[in-house]
Amino acid sequence: MTAKAPRARKIVATTSLAGCFGCHMSLLDIDERILDLIELVEFNKSPIDDIKTFTKECDIGLIEGGCCNDENVHVLTEFRRHCKTLVAFGECALMGGLPALRNFLPLKECLEEAYLNGPTVAGENPGRIIPHDPDIPKILNRVYPCHEVVKIDYFLPGCPPSADLIWDALVALVTGKELEPQYRTFKFD
Amino acid sequence: MASFVRYTLDGKTCLAEEGTQLVAAARDSGVYIPTLCNHPGIPPKGSCRICTVLVNGIPQTACTTKVVEDMNVTTGTPELEAFRKAVVEILFAEGNHLCPSCERSGNCELQALAYRYRVTVPHFPYLFPKRDVEAWHPKLVKDHNRCIQCKRCIRGIHNAEGKALFAFGKRGDKVVINIDPDTSRDIGDELAQQAMDICPVGAILRKGKGFDVPIGRRRYDREPIGSEVKP
Repeated sequence: MTAKAPRARKIVATTSLAGCFGCHMSLLDIDERILDLIELVEFNKSPIDDIKTFTKECDIGLIEGGCCNDENVHVLTEFRRHCKTLVAFGECALMGGLPALRNFLPLKECLEEAYLNGPTVAGENPGRIIPHDPDIPKILNRVYPCHEVVKIDYFLPGCPPSADLIWDALVALVTGKELEPQYRTFKFD
Repeated sequence: MASFVRYTLDGKTCLAEEGTQLVAAARDSGVYIPTLCNHPGIPPKGSCRICTVLVNGIPQTACTTKVVEDMNVTTGTPELEAFRKAVVEILFAEGNHLCPSCERSGNCELQALAYRYRVTVPHFPYLFPKRDVEAWHPKLVKDHNRCIQCKRCIRGIHNAEGKALFAFGKRGDKVVINIDPDTSRDIGDELAQQAMDICPVGAILRKGKGFDVPIGRRRYDREPIGSEVKP
């Protein structure tokens, strides 16, 4: 006879791609509920516990930021592979956000402005080198929302999403209940 | 004397003055029909289609429909609601709507409708069109990234001589709303404010204005659009 195992905590992984970490700050903004969260979930790969690579399969993956380089695509694909449910949270993950402002310009123009012609670099780069070391992630032609790269199961809007929305969503995912977002927390800014 | 007609609105018999715009008549009877290109006081256009309702079973825009005797109107089937959500999604995908950096955020009718229909990401691919920001007018900024081509400004904003300040150029997906540079040179703050107010989104802004109401106190921060219509 085996003893009844305690209810397994759901395993959560999080990452920030082309984001500003504001969404992660908002996650921390759940304040003392973080103590309840720790009862409900266990974190795996995440900047919160600094686990760099997946050590087990996860139930929930939270994605902040869109994809602006090939490393973002790699990480996002890894998340899709290791997480049963993938949640994109924040404006950048949902539509590209601020980084997507470059989507209106050719990539060449952006790089030339950043490394050759911009007022802060003019004359500072005599070799006129645009960084291209193989160790540096390659920038994509434009910024892609996460759902244009892999399948995303749920979306939480906001810049950042409010802590209450993130909390409500995590509780819904952990308990298996449907999330009816409150109007107050469902915002794009 | 005005003559009243009897019509059916979502199964209930209602009275309205004959010839009343359906959107207004429904509002008076406590039924909210969402609108975007429609604005009280200016001629309806029927261009955004979000006010589509079933009139005698046939989809019609409620802003261009007048109430007549025995008309049977249905405003809120699941199909109509899904259609309206799709209209909002198309508009978000078609332009460059970066809400976090928009002066109109919180007071934007398009955003408020997206909240109402709980739009997260459009079911359509983002187009990221390259569009300009006209910032050289003395009183106004025209941000073409945010324009939804509802043409409210064209219909509603005229100077003291009755000359329209806005006009559209090109056709189809290339349509662009232009400001007449000669007329815009001499407008005052009051007309500039009216132009900003008539725009449902953040495409027309007064120079030097914006972000003057804190988050939490803006028009759609607490109550969804349409909440003012009470049954």
